[in-house]
Amino acid sequence: MTEVYDYRAGIQDWMGAGLPTEGSNAQRPRLVDVVRTDVPTCALDERLGDVRDRVVAAGWDACVVVSPDRVVLGLLRARELDADPDLPAERAMRPGPSTYRPFVSVAQMRDIMADRHLDSSPVTTSDGKLVGLVRKQDVGLDGP
Amino acid sequence: MVRAVDRDGVRRLMEQGAQIIDVLPAREYSEDHLPGAVNLPLRKIEADACRELDSGRPIVVYCADFA
Repeated sequence: MTEVYDYRAGIQDWMGAGLPTEGSNAQRPRLVDVVRTDVPTCALDERLGDVRDRVVAAGWDACVVVSPDRVVLGLLRARELDADPDLPAERAMRPGPSTYRPFVSVAQMRDIMADRHLDSSPVTTSDGKLVGLVRKQDVGLDGP
Repeated sequence: MVRAVDRDGVRRLMEQGAQIIDVLPAREYSEDHLPGAVNLPLRKIEADACRELDSGRPIVVYCADFA
């Protein structure tokens, strides 16, 4: 008897994980092609001063706050990183930032970032796990 | 009997030579589909499945998502 399987989560789940597809859209640049996967991360309870030192040393001005299994919890941009260095990251971060999936086209993201005046946004899988950070210069907008 | 499978399971089945069936409309299939997937839109699947599929290999069916 033929084995039949139902992939209920479907192609949205597949693309949300940044896996390759075929078809006419596959040739267009997507966030998975430009996302910075080397963005610094930290935990909720890390001291902000320590996080800032690490972020600056790595040449960044942003850090993504993640859970132990890399689910995005918040974002520390330059302004938040400059807060009281003795605060835990949880107290300084912007909680629950809007996240985007790796299959979003670069052109679409350029419009989103311009419309919403975003400098950077986390890119996640469909289950919320961090893929990386996309900055406005990564999608062809003027950098900081 | 149809069994549920997750993303990792699909990847394993692909490596084992499973047939991947996209039941979305042809236009959506032409834009994006899983590697190697065949398009059998739901409204045609009963008529075409026997002719187009190999009953000796596992079959994975998917659409957009479960919503």
